[in-house]
Amino acid sequence: MSVSAVELESRPTGLPPGTAAADLASVDLARLRALAAGADPTDVEQVLARADRSTGAGRRLEDFAILLSPAAGDRLEDLARAAHTLTVRRFGRTVHLYAPLYLSNECVSTCTYCGFSAGNDIVRRTLTVGEVATEARALLDRGFRHLLLVAGEHARIVSKDYLVECVATLAPVVPSLAAEVQVWDTATYRRLVEAGCDGLVVYQETYDRDTYGSSHRKGKKRNYDWRLAAPDRAAEAGMRRLGIGALLGLHPDWRVEAIAVVAHAQALIRRWWRTEVSVSLPRLRPAAGGYAPADPVGDRDFVQLLCAIRLVLPDVGISLSTREPATFRDGLVPLGVTTMSAGSHTEPGGYAEPSAAEPQFEVSDDRPPEVVAAALSSAGYDPVWKDWQRA
Amino acid sequence: MDDALVIAGRSFGSRLFLGTGKFPSSRALAETITSSATELVTVALRRVDPTADGDILDAIPDHVLVMTNTSGAADADEAVRLARLARAAGLPTWIKVEVTPDPRHLLPDPIDTLRASERLVADGFTVLPYCPADPVLCKHLEEAGCATVMPLGSWIGSNQGLRTRAALEIIVEQSLVPVVVDAGIGAPSHASEALELGADAVLVNTAIGTAADPAAMGAAFRLAARAGRAGFLAGLAAPRRTAEASSPLTGFLA
Repeated sequence: MSVSAVELESRPTGLPPGTAAADLASVDLARLRALAAGADPTDVEQVLARADRSTGAGRRLEDFAILLSPAAGDRLEDLARAAHTLTVRRFGRTVHLYAPLYLSNECVSTCTYCGFSAGNDIVRRTLTVGEVATEARALLDRGFRHLLLVAGEHARIVSKDYLVECVATLAPVVPSLAAEVQVWDTATYRRLVEAGCDGLVVYQETYDRDTYGSSHRKGKKRNYDWRLAAPDRAAEAGMRRLGIGALLGLHPDWRVEAIAVVAHAQALIRRWWRTEVSVSLPRLRPAAGGYAPADPVGDRDFVQLLCAIRLVLPDVGISLSTREPATFRDGLVPLGVTTMSAGSHTEPGGYAEPSAAEPQFEVSDDRPPEVVAAALSSAGYDPVWKDWQRA
Repeated sequence: MDDALVIAGRSFGSRLFLGTGKFPSSRALAETITSSATELVTVALRRVDPTADGDILDAIPDHVLVMTNTSGAADADEAVRLARLARAAGLPTWIKVEVTPDPRHLLPDPIDTLRASERLVADGFTVLPYCPADPVLCKHLEEAGCATVMPLGSWIGSNQGLRTRAALEIIVEQSLVPVVVDAGIGAPSHASEALELGADAVLVNTAIGTAADPAAMGAAFRLAARAGRAGFLAGLAAPRRTAEASSPLTGFLA
C-alpha cells in the first residue's frame, strides 16, 4: 500500500452515506428542541409511567426531549429514582475507575475553551515513549488498569506513528487502553486497534455548526463533518468502545446539545451493533487563555440531564471526569454514572513527577484515587479497576 | 435421598450457581457465597487481576469451584483465547463459554458459541456454554461434547423470568446433559419454576448481586432452588384447563 502521509491528511467535508453521522443529520433537532422547551406535566407523566416499568423510557428521542423539559425538572426526584433503579439493574453497584494519561499539550488548533489552544503562551511538552511508560507505571502502582491516552492536535509531533508506538508499548502491561486524540482516518484507527487500543473517545464538542465554527477558530479541527464521522471510522476499524459527548457551556441551549448527543449515540448503536457506546457531557471549566464558560449549566439541570440519558439509554455507560467537584460526583454515582476518572493530572508527565507543563483544564475533584475508591465503597459501590482482558 | 447433581464427573450438593458481577463489595460476595450454599461460581476473566490487592478471586473459598467465563468475547476466536489465558493463569479448566457480539443486550451468538465450544472441548476444557434457548442448538452443543447446556430464561440481567419457557421444556425433555437455566432469573420463584419444569440447575447473578441485601437474597434463592427441585422430584400434577373433582365421578362403575 503506498498511501502517502499527505493523502492521509486530506480531510474531505461532507458526511459519507451509511454512517451514523449521516443518520444524525436527518434528525429534526428543531422539532425536538421545541418539544423539550414546551412539554407539559401530562407529557412528563406519560414518559415516567413507561419508565416505571423498569425497562427504560423507550428509545424515542421525543421521550428524551420531554424528560429534558422544564416540566420534567419539577419531577427531578422521580427521574432520579427511575434512573437509579435502571442503573443498578444493568450495571450493579459498581463504578469503573480510569485515569487519563496526557501525552502532549502541543496543539495546532485554536479552540476558545481549551488550555492547550495554539497561541496560548504555555509551557509545551510531549512525553517520549519511555516517559509515557513511566507515567503508566505510576498509574498502575496506584491501582489503575484502564488508561485513556490524551493529546492535543499536532499531526507531526503527536503523529500516528507516535500514538501507535505508545499503544504498542503499554498494551502488554495495561489491560485496557483508550485514546482521546485528534481524529484520524480509518487506516490509522485500524493500526491503533491492532496495537492494542480498544477504545476511542471523540467528543464533537458542540453539535451546533455555528457554535462549532465560532469555538474552533483555526486549525484542522474546524472540519465539523470529518470529526462527526470519526466514531464511524473507528468502529469500522474495529474499535470495541466509543465514547462520545459534547462540552456543556459552549452552546447556549444545553437541551438541544444533549438531544444531539443521544441521537448520535442511538445512530451509532444502530449502525455499529458490535460496538459499545458510552456518553459524557462534561461541563466546561476555566482554562488557560482566560476562558470561562459563557453559558454554564446548573447543578439541577445537569442532574436532570444525567437521569434522562439513563432512562432513554439504559444500557449505555455514562462517564464523569474530575471536572466536577467531589461532593457532586459522589451524589451523581447512584443516578447513572458508570465510569469515573480519579486523581487526574491533565498536564503531560504529571503522575511521575510534578510538571511545569500547562494542564488542559482545572481539576475540580483532586482527591487521590484511593480516596475516591474509599468513598465509593462507603456508599455501597464496588470500585472496579480492571474490567477488560485483551483476548 | 442422594440427589446430587453430577456434571463432568463432579458432584454438586447445590443446584444454585452464582455469577459474581454487580456485587457492591467483595465482602458482600463472600457472604453471599456462604448464605447461598452454592458450590460453583462463575467469574469473568476480565475482572481477575492476580496483581491487585483484594482481587475478586480472594472472595471465593476453596471448596467452591471457580468457572471462568469468557465475558467480553465477541467471537469464537476471542472466547478460545480467553479460555486459554485462564488456564495459563492457573484457573480451573471449567469454562463458561460466553460469546456476545452485541454489547448491550449481551445476547449469545449461536454460531460462534458452537464453534468456540467445539474447539475448547477438543482442547480438553470442561465446557458449559451460555446459549439461546434453542432446542436444536442445544442438541448440537451436546453432540459437540459440552458438559451442560445453559439456555437463557430471558435476556441477561432483565429479571424477566422464564420468557423462553416453552423452548426450555423441549430442551429439558430432549437433553442428555444437564440443563442449567442461565440469565433472566429475577426472583426466587423463577428459580423454583426452572427446577420444577425439570432443569437441573440455575445460574443467577443480577437478582442476587443487586438486591438490597445480597446475602439474604442468596439464602432465599438457596431455599427456592431446593423447593423447586423437591417439587419436580415429587411429581408435579399437570395443570388442567378445567376443575376436576378429586373423587372420580365414574367410581361407582366396577
